[in-house]
Amino acid sequence: MEKEQKNTKKMTGSHAVIQSLLAEGVDLIFGYPGGAIMPVYDALYDYHDKLHHVLTRHEQGAVHAAQGYARVTGKVGVSIVTSGPGATNAVTGIADAMIDSTPLVVISGQVGSSLLGTDAFQEIDVVGITQPITKWNFQIKSAQEIPGALARAFYIARSGRPGPVLIDITKDAQSSTLDFAYTPVTKIRSYTPVNAPDESQILKAAQLINEAKKPLILVGQGVILGGAENELKTFAEKTGIPAAWTLLGLSALPSDHPLNVGMLGMHGNYGPNVLTNEADLLIAIGMRFDDRVTGNTKAYGVNAKFIHMELDPAEINKIIKVDAPILGNVKETLPLLTAKVIKNNHAEWRNEFKKYDVVEAERIINEELKPSKDGITMGEVINKISTAYNDDAICITDVGQHQMMASRYFKFKQTRSIVTSGGLGTMGFGLPAAIGAKMGRPDRPVVLFVGDGGFQMTIQELGTIFQTEIDVKIVLLNNNFLGMVRQWQELFFDKRYASTELINPDFQTIAKGYGLHVEKVTNRSSLDESIGRMIKSKGAYLLEVIVEKEGNVFPMVPAGASVSDVRLE
Amino acid sequence: MKQEFTISIFSENHVGLLNQITNVLTRRQINIESLTTSESAIKGIHKFTIVVNTTREQVEKLIGQIDKKIDVLKAFVFTEDEIIHQEMALYKVPTEQLLNGTEIETLVRQYGARILEVHHDYAVIEKTGHKQETQELFDKLDKFGVLQFTRSGRIAVTRTNYEQLAAYLRSLNKETNNTLD
Repeated sequence: MEKEQKNTKKMTGSHAVIQSLLAEGVDLIFGYPGGAIMPVYDALYDYHDKLHHVLTRHEQGAVHAAQGYARVTGKVGVSIVTSGPGATNAVTGIADAMIDSTPLVVISGQVGSSLLGTDAFQEIDVVGITQPITKWNFQIKSAQEIPGALARAFYIARSGRPGPVLIDITKDAQSSTLDFAYTPVTKIRSYTPVNAPDESQILKAAQLINEAKKPLILVGQGVILGGAENELKTFAEKTGIPAAWTLLGLSALPSDHPLNVGMLGMHGNYGPNVLTNEADLLIAIGMRFDDRVTGNTKAYGVNAKFIHMELDPAEINKIIKVDAPILGNVKETLPLLTAKVIKNNHAEWRNEFKKYDVVEAERIINEELKPSKDGITMGEVINKISTAYNDDAICITDVGQHQMMASRYFKFKQTRSIVTSGGLGTMGFGLPAAIGAKMGRPDRPVVLFVGDGGFQMTIQELGTIFQTEIDVKIVLLNNNFLGMVRQWQELFFDKRYASTELINPDFQTIAKGYGLHVEKVTNRSSLDESIGRMIKSKGAYLLEVIVEKEGNVFPMVPAGASVSDVRLE
Repeated sequence: MKQEFTISIFSENHVGLLNQITNVLTRRQINIESLTTSESAIKGIHKFTIVVNTTREQVEKLIGQIDKKIDVLKAFVFTEDEIIHQEMALYKVPTEQLLNGTEIETLVRQYGARILEVHHDYAVIEKTGHKQETQELFDKLDKFGVLQFTRSGRIAVTRTNYEQLAAYLRSLNKETNNTLD
């Protein structure tokens, strides 16, 4: 690292860790102590007024909470864990952050450097383990390396396509002394965070747009990560092109925007899926053609040319061969493209989506939101709660049927309002992520939708809620099933419900034990009032709703099928 | 269609970098035909030369993923006609056989090999060339009982204007830089 001799201060490595975090503007960290990270925890004791530490109940929770925080704030989430099992417990969260491009710095303690490689107590090769699931990782073996490595970690985590960075620090590096000086990193010679777009590709893309009769915009999380929501809106409004979104692109464009035509992919809306194969131009903006979006790639966008606006060069032509790739941050490239396109309206083409909306409403949505049967549906609960929050809450989900229902039926006015595990599909993500999200945005209501399966994967984080007294509203959509797996068993495995039925404990008693306000709804007649009570309440709340046992999420593009073969039943 | 590609990677010399690179290949079930690594012409920058058999489409994706690694400066891919490459082979033969007639010496001359050392019991022959050449010599020498045989991975230089890259690397060397050592 650059050795700056000016303004150095003698201190221990563990104080240098804290000072480095403060220098990066960190004021909140999530973690769990243990032997190999104790010197850092000891130093934290001196900084409790400047650096707030949230003690989760499991390291997985610490990382998911940091993810929730990062996703709603756009800042780097920070977790601290100990060596060995502390580090391996963090792995799921790190992998989740990697595949969903969430900026994180995870600091793990490590055994003393003299013990490395000796199978010492709680020693694990965490740098080796996390190598494929981090944007970058590094082991610090001497105190002097701490400020340089952390400066690099933050720069890498937040620049370019964001991602998790793991810094492993040996115990002796934490306790020995160094001359501390902090210089933020602004450049690394082997790393190009943002590539400049090729002017000719922009011209080519503009020409494709100007000639297209049936263009469709595909909005990904890149729009949110780049802070390009306004640029997207300007582009879409000038061209009059309908915009559909991926799961992680949700909330980039307000739900009620006239050009917003809904969700893409496996459980997306009818119109955008079917019309993907009628479109003559697909304009992918900050998305990576995940298989849950494309279905069978050989039967995807069959009539379309492709424009791909993307930050990460490795994503270009990875899944779909594109006609006009535009590298760069979409916040910079969208205005360049907007300037070159002609004003348009595409009224007739947009009307096509409305036709499919009518069908979807008749066949699926109306029954889901206003069921004719007695059983409460997930969709109606989600829809009512969204409305009760004036469509302006932060929605956190776990993984499964409720997640798809929430992405379909929760409505959004502001960006960065949904936190969900997309690429990894991590059950147990929701509860800790909700804690982190509320801490990142205490000014906004945070409501978690969780199933009875995923809830029990990280249910211990109710302890974190109890200790921090954080105001998270938990809506447990309980069907006593691992619902999404059961749905697949019903549709593709002859209703052989192998190990998907759950005999559940009394969640009311459990949550009460953790000091939450609790309420259980079994009947539609009391649903509205119960939602009202939850919203008016102060503090954490568990609203358990017993929903229909064998409800299904539709539409559905079966795995491996073409998007235009989307099933309505 | 699968064909042979030579991948050249320039990287920082950090612990674990080989693991980072091979992981990209392993994940896609691509077997490494040969691999060499050593410091490049520029101090502190390492060069990896990897030979793989795969399709053009797959190799382009590999390069993208390898290039994406923070500590990798640049990765390039070449086909056979774009490079000049060599491998080195060492053959250990019984000295007795070497001295018994002129056949081995003739082979050594014929194949442009050379005798490195002659000991009481064994002699060591060295040959550089393409794999099929070193293999051919092995097959011929083996009639005399090759005691040991070893072949290096491939090293290569490009046929095209290589100076561009060298200049790029030199310019990087001069830039202010945050390195970790």
